[in-house]
Amino acid sequence: MNLNWMAWTVPTATFFIVIFCLLVAMTVWEIRRPGGAPRVGLLRFETTRGDRLFISLLGSAYIHILWLALFPALSLWWAFAFSFLYALAVFRWV
Amino acid sequence: MIAKQQNQKAWFMVLPVFLLVAFSAVIPLMTVVNYSVQDTFGNNQFFWAGVDWFRNLVHSERFHSAFLRQLLFSGIILAIEIPLGILIALSMPRRGWGVPVCLITMALPLLIPWNVVGTIWQIFGRVDIGLLGYSLTALGIDYNYTQDPLAAWFTVVIMDIWHWTSLVVLLCYAGLCSIPDAYYQAARIDGASRLAIFRYIQLPKMQRVLLIAFLLRFMDSFMIYTEPFVITGGGPGNSTTFLSIDLVKLAVGQFDLGPAAAMSLIYFLVILLLCYVFYTVMSNIGMESTNHGGS
Amino acid sequence: MRFKWLIPAIYILFLLLPIYWLVNMSLKTNDEILSVFSLWPHNLTLDNYRVIFTDASWYSGYINSMIYVTINVIISVSFALPAAYAFSRYSFVGDKHLFFWLLTNRMAPPAVFALPFFQLYSSIGLFDTHIAVAIAHCLFNLPLAVWILEGFMSGVPKEIDETAFIDGYSWPRFFVRIFIPNIASGIGVTAFFCFMFSWVELLLARTLTAVNAKPISAIMTRTVSASGLDWGVLAAAGVLTILPGTLVIWFVRNHIAKGFALGRV
Repeated sequence: MNLNWMAWTVPTATFFIVIFCLLVAMTVWEIRRPGGAPRVGLLRFETTRGDRLFISLLGSAYIHILWLALFPALSLWWAFAFSFLYALAVFRWV
Repeated sequence: MIAKQQNQKAWFMVLPVFLLVAFSAVIPLMTVVNYSVQDTFGNNQFFWAGVDWFRNLVHSERFHSAFLRQLLFSGIILAIEIPLGILIALSMPRRGWGVPVCLITMALPLLIPWNVVGTIWQIFGRVDIGLLGYSLTALGIDYNYTQDPLAAWFTVVIMDIWHWTSLVVLLCYAGLCSIPDAYYQAARIDGASRLAIFRYIQLPKMQRVLLIAFLLRFMDSFMIYTEPFVITGGGPGNSTTFLSIDLVKLAVGQFDLGPAAAMSLIYFLVILLLCYVFYTVMSNIGMESTNHGGS
Repeated sequence: MRFKWLIPAIYILFLLLPIYWLVNMSLKTNDEILSVFSLWPHNLTLDNYRVIFTDASWYSGYINSMIYVTINVIISVSFALPAAYAFSRYSFVGDKHLFFWLLTNRMAPPAVFALPFFQLYSSIGLFDTHIAVAIAHCLFNLPLAVWILEGFMSGVPKEIDETAFIDGYSWPRFFVRIFIPNIASGIGVTAFFCFMFSWVELLLARTLTAVNAKPISAIMTRTVSASGLDWGVLAAAGVLTILPGTLVIWFVRNHIAKGFALGRV
């Protein structure tokens, strides 16, 4: 089977490996401490840590796109930093 | 909610579904991500392009207008189909020979292949051989969906209403049928008005199915491709080029894999967010109604 | 309220009018379609249908569509049954997220996936086969099947499972002998929906086929663009694609409304 058509690059491969590791880590966490620590946070509905991870990742994607739209000249690493802060905030307050 | 039994072995029952869907969903999604950061001239030769495609896309006039058209289209058809569907469901017969007749004829448009739906309306709307186009012209209305953007929009919207309102009707009808007769009798004894019955008995019971209807109609209209493609081909000009049509034009027509992949991803992110919001709202409503001891 | 029946009646008329027009056109000759405007065929002819039933490039399209739709329905229902049981009866790590992920695939626009699908199926040597289209359609049909079946299964009381296990049934025997008969209508409705969405889809089916497995809907679009627009034959082909759907509705007519509510009313 030839996989050339998938056109892998190092950055995208890293991206997917990180996502995969996150999922594995979440699974391990869930097995160690079952239940997912549900709570009602800022968004007024019950979230578990899986939900919080999803909200963080999805929000980060939007932060990156917004950054591209608003500050096309600046480096994307800024958006990355903001996403990280955003994710921390989500895990703390949502 | 009934407490479900903890059982990690249940994963084995889900595994076949998981693998099959992952095969068709995850591998293509990864490929799209890979394409979106590269440029290609064919022959599987790729060049690193970074986030250029994304940057171009979020600033491109073409993408903005396709996106706005898409939102406008989804908005219009939801604003028409949901109330119309409720109205028809409320006035449908509950028993007798009318029930199967209604159900079968109403389900009919849902089972016609989407491009045949397009063909039907393409023929129906033509001014020379179609009943709709011919009649409108005979009435002195200037109607030509291949040249006039407004007529093209009218045709696409009415086609979608024809095609999908039945889904809303059938969902609402299922919700209405689940209301026990005792509720209506109680309302009659209390002397409740028609409006009060609708507001306090029928609408709450339909809430759940209405959400499903709203969700399905929104999502399906957001990814509409085949029907407008057959009727108008996205034209006249670009006036009915919705997101999916634009995407296919870009990917297949111009073979711009990079920009098309970037567009796919942004499109997918929008869908993902909306899907999550709807899903959360839906499951929370379901939990509320069980907490209050209802249904 | 005496004229309440008028609303569905007008709606049904609105639904049937375009379909009538298609049937009307399919029974005319191409000359009549283009020369005179008539509400019913003056020279009734079945020639258009004869063209379709004698030309292999036309009728093979129907056979291809039927084959991949059937394969898809069988795969979807048989894979979804145990999965839906797991979702409705057990809780396990990541169940809610898995369910949501399945649903996103039902909601994802096929246009997003059409791009790499061609390469994916070419690289494993399945391009232009019926099984490729059937598996590709699982992308949205499997989640839908799980969703509907889960709704129906949640309506079956748990006591049935427990009593059966106390009576000494093994899980597979219980599932086939007791559980499946209990949700028979749900399975019928699920099969109906898988049939429906696989039958009406065009974009993926067209992307994944060239000659041997080309579906009827793709053959129709080719005719629209290429040949000198034989409206009569086109209309006849359209009418013939409506028929299988009508037949299938007839079988599930009593459960259809509940099915559209995904078993959750």
